[in-house]
Amino acid sequence: MVENKETPTPSAAASGITKVQELIYELKIKQVMTSPVLTVTPETRMAQLKELLRTRKISGAPVLDQGKLVGIVSIEDLIKSLLDGKADLPVSERMTGRIITVQEEESVVEAIRKFAEYGVGRLPVVDARGQLAGILTGSDITRGLLNAIGLHHHEDEIQRYRASHIFEDIQSEDTSLILRYRIKACDFDCGGEASSKIRRALKRLGANPQVIRRVGIATYEAEMNIIIHTTHGGEIQTEIQPHRVQIIATDQGPGIEDVRRALEPGYSTAPEWIRELGFGAGMGLVNIGKCSDEMKLGSTPGVGTRLEIVIFLQSNNSQSAQTQGDPVAEKKAEGGER
Amino acid sequence: MKLGEIIKIVEGLLITENADLNTEIHCACGADLMSDVLTHTRTGALLLTGLTNPQAVRTAEVADIAAIVFVRGKKPPPETVSLAREKGIPLVAAPYTMFELCGRLYRAGMLSCDL
Repeated sequence: MVENKETPTPSAAASGITKVQELIYELKIKQVMTSPVLTVTPETRMAQLKELLRTRKISGAPVLDQGKLVGIVSIEDLIKSLLDGKADLPVSERMTGRIITVQEEESVVEAIRKFAEYGVGRLPVVDARGQLAGILTGSDITRGLLNAIGLHHHEDEIQRYRASHIFEDIQSEDTSLILRYRIKACDFDCGGEASSKIRRALKRLGANPQVIRRVGIATYEAEMNIIIHTTHGGEIQTEIQPHRVQIIATDQGPGIEDVRRALEPGYSTAPEWIRELGFGAGMGLVNIGKCSDEMKLGSTPGVGTRLEIVIFLQSNNSQSAQTQGDPVAEKKAEGGER
Repeated sequence: MKLGEIIKIVEGLLITENADLNTEIHCACGADLMSDVLTHTRTGALLLTGLTNPQAVRTAEVADIAAIVFVRGKKPPPETVSLAREKGIPLVAAPYTMFELCGRLYRAGMLSCDL
């Protein structure tokens, strides 16, 4: 249940709970247990145990007989013997011999299961050889999870910072990040996915929200054009550079018969059934023109179409949509002339 | 105008759970053709539409639309609802026609998106 999406989650609290569930499976017991562990011998007197528990502020201790784990004695055992008036007993008389343990390489979920199943207050942790390696209580688990969540948040922030500075960190004459998406014809279910991913990428890179919006709209319209009008689909390539984003949408047919007319607001060659889906308003290319700083459309009927869009990233370079001149249209004369 | 107020004015039913009813929405746009929506909506707008397919949600995401009201009591199909949940866009179904709902909101002071 890994959350890699950059989409806003309903609330920060909800994603916090998911992280904890993930961590319970991911964290190993050895990462959260208390170690080294304070131990007693079978001969230790209850009075000594009392002092140990009091001064070290712990609730129980494993009992080791010459290094071998033979039992566990807890504060409950101590209280019972004090109530009986028997402070001088050796712990061996009151310890629990049936010891439930966990392995240090197991995940925390195993410990949680054992706590639930056996109702014990603490679990001695053993290593692969069966030697005592540490001890685990409920509060150790809680503390370990809280630490891990704290670390995760820190890492998320570092990642976000790094992504937005990627162009500064990577040194070259001219760095660009190219994203390519294959668009299938008539694939309405996936319509908008490429533009959604491009928006997400730009968010990660720390782009200005206005730029993200314009790139999103332009790419979405280009993507829907490929889905609606092409026979075999096409490709959208987005090249992100520090100062600009260039989007190239290409396809292999059927091509645009009249490019000038295609750029007119309201003109659409989409079939009727497209309108039932909410498209075919004839505004796609117009919207792209409004969102972009530069636009070039070329097409050869029977061969394919190429749409190039440029959006500048620095606000002093980018012109607002309306003040930009009409998009330039080129017609490749290869197949025929009108 | 808050989303909660809008839902009252349109007498609508909230379809997606966990919507923030305190979301401030500044302007509204009524359209059934998605490219019309993309032509002139501002960020954080309300979309009123009769189009219930998932593309309405895709368009809303791209145009930074704050919430969608489906007119004429249309209930969106499961694909649309799950996409809206994923993208965090509240969906409302309201029983009246586009004209009536736009009129009600306009009368209540909702601004138009191209102003």
